[in-house]
Amino acid sequence: MTKLKSTSELEKLRKKIISEKDPKKRCIAVCSGTGCLASGSKHLSEVFQEELKKYKLSGKMEIRKTGCHGFCEKGPIVLIYPDEICYLKVKATDVSDIISQTIKEGKIVDRLLYTDPNTGKKIAKEYEIPFYKNQNRLIFGNNSKIDPTSIEDYLALGGYTALAKTLFKFKPEQVIEEVKKAELRGRGGGGFPAGKKWESTRKASGEPKYIIVNCDEGDPGAFMDRSLMEGNPHLVLEGLIIGGYAIGSHEGFIYVRQEYPLAVENTELAIKKAEELGLLGKNILGSGFDFTISIHRGAGAFVSGESSALMSAIEGKVGEPRSKYVHTSAKGLWDKPSNLNNVETFANVPIIINKGAEWFRKIGTEGSKGTKIFSLVGKVNNTGLVEVPMGTTLRQIIYDIGGGIPKEKKFKAVQTGGPSGGCLPEKFLDFPVDFDELYKAGSMMGSGGMIVMDEDTCMVDLAKYFTNFLADESCGKCVPCREGLRHMLKILEDITAGKATKEHVAHLEELSEVVRDASLCALGQSAPNPVLSTLRYFRDEYDAHIRGECPAKVCKNLIAYYIDPERCQGCGLCRKNCPTNAIRGETKTVHVINQEKCIKCNTCFDVCPKNFRAVSKLSGKPVPTLVNDGTPIKPLKR
Amino acid sequence: MANIDNILKKHGYKKSELIPILQDIQAEDRWLPCETLKYVSEKLDIPLIDVYSLATFYKSFSLKPRGKHVVTACCGTACHVRGGPKVLQELQNQLHIDVDETTPDKHFTLETVRCLGACALGPLVVVDGKYHGQMNTKKVASTLKKYSKKKK
Repeated sequence: MTKLKSTSELEKLRKKIISEKDPKKRCIAVCSGTGCLASGSKHLSEVFQEELKKYKLSGKMEIRKTGCHGFCEKGPIVLIYPDEICYLKVKATDVSDIISQTIKEGKIVDRLLYTDPNTGKKIAKEYEIPFYKNQNRLIFGNNSKIDPTSIEDYLALGGYTALAKTLFKFKPEQVIEEVKKAELRGRGGGGFPAGKKWESTRKASGEPKYIIVNCDEGDPGAFMDRSLMEGNPHLVLEGLIIGGYAIGSHEGFIYVRQEYPLAVENTELAIKKAEELGLLGKNILGSGFDFTISIHRGAGAFVSGESSALMSAIEGKVGEPRSKYVHTSAKGLWDKPSNLNNVETFANVPIIINKGAEWFRKIGTEGSKGTKIFSLVGKVNNTGLVEVPMGTTLRQIIYDIGGGIPKEKKFKAVQTGGPSGGCLPEKFLDFPVDFDELYKAGSMMGSGGMIVMDEDTCMVDLAKYFTNFLADESCGKCVPCREGLRHMLKILEDITAGKATKEHVAHLEELSEVVRDASLCALGQSAPNPVLSTLRYFRDEYDAHIRGECPAKVCKNLIAYYIDPERCQGCGLCRKNCPTNAIRGETKTVHVINQEKCIKCNTCFDVCPKNFRAVSKLSGKPVPTLVNDGTPIKPLKR
Repeated sequence: MANIDNILKKHGYKKSELIPILQDIQAEDRWLPCETLKYVSEKLDIPLIDVYSLATFYKSFSLKPRGKHVVTACCGTACHVRGGPKVLQELQNQLHIDVDETTPDKHFTLETVRCLGACALGPLVVVDGKYHGQMNTKKVASTLKKYSKKKK
């Protein structure tokens, strides 16, 4: 490929690429994001190729391996363009039908369509499926249209126009002004105005300056950055180059966590292709602006997602944070002015430049503009990535898009903001989601993880889970975080073990406040959020644990397994699967659990046939004493 | 054994490349023996204490030999609320080892990870990089069997 030396050469290439693409030509887009790959989409693409050969259609049809479409629950996803027919949970054995019916005859394969769980109606078009219909996919929309390994696909959709516009029509200060006017706030968690951050790095004295993409996405349950980096890497690169131009930096870094190998692979390739076309490197598009990007792989440390810690990790040191009385915009990477933003923040930049700040500002709320991608996970029907305008309510996200809670269970809480966020109860369902509102409610936006919990989730256990996570990930540099979290965890362990009193809970609350106020970095300062928010909204559950009851029947020490003699059909499945031989009984007689031998592994509960439902969990009340005396079973009435 | 000199050369003997250097060595050897750390420390002229502190700070580095197959249970929040802890317990029961331990026959190593970002598939277990989604206690045995010695 020859390097493009001007905007007109870029536009000429774009025209050529578009003219070679026949819009009427069918394209089979096979989602090849991490989720669908794990569900077998790699093999699926190969089968499609083979089948097309069999039908002598190779060449007449494109198989495009795209990035994540977001509807991961229903993967592998196959989209047929231009009709936008969406097939879900596609298996290799379905390929032949798709080709012989849909491709050859234009018929729809009904069994692979989305079925509306409420009406039972089948929906063929992707944009009519409620999961997609209710979203506004500003950033994420192109993921299902492009092959992330092809720069041509990105160019065909107008890629790098924002860069060309920036380099030739904007002064660096004007770019900053535009981003400031758009009121773009950092999508990584804090919500700090991106334009302001860029401005202070630009104004800081010292050369060279560095600009960094944070793709360390350490929040468990969040994967929007991964999907963007994997599925549309050029969008992030374009935003980064524009950012570099704006702050006066010629060297960019992308820090990717090591758990995301595909993101590294696709981004490496994207950098290579952009360099080949002269969109990266020396004298970009003949503008005189030089910019290079290198990738740095993380090595597995949650705290390294904090800006000063991340910079330390790039320097090849232990990724520990430092006190930030001197901001990283003044002294960051190698003590030089450095600007760090999250993946999604950079992905917004080309859109703002292309469409203008005024257009962008119309989306969202007073204090939070634009859209936000959330990863909707946990106890929700439609798990996946969801992009909505800021200000969309939790109910719209969880019910209209997410399809509500599975198995007709009751909604209990939603956790936003990862381990540093908080749990919001039902009364916040009609709450508009934006940076400020979430903060007011005692939670935070974080990077956009949204974990839905139903009645089977124990809130004290969840607080313990997050505290355990953070105590383990604390780097140990400051005492409040290192020791405080360890003690908080100890108290939470006592509560869930039924060994705590009211005083323990009061102590936990006090300690949480100390850790919040006295820790060095954001990890410690926000670490008590899960405890404080569950204490605020679910104190009754803490009280119940003190009385010896786990209402959600999760905490092992507070529950017992019991076989209902009225329901047991003596099938023996529980007895055969019990790892400690704690269950006694003969075939066709009522089975009994020896409570002293039971290790509460849940196996009997899992294996008991659904139509018997004889095994139940008890908490807060004594287990009825039964003797294993070979009582014959009573057949169940059906 | 990884050719450490080649890896060091590839990274230009730069001190700032210590993390990628150790990552490359571990990618080949699967763990970082004490001698390796000493060798890298000498060649890069970084005090051994700093190399050791880095290798123990980041979770992905292993200073213990790992088994032939590495079984990783995801402990992310989405996996947690969907029953991840029960799956991990079952893995421990079946393999008779704790987290970060290797079976005496050096066949399996059990590890955990914070989140793999494939939350829709939770609870998730990864064996040698291959994802096994929607796990439950019943599926643990059959999944492990695919990697057991007899299967060869």
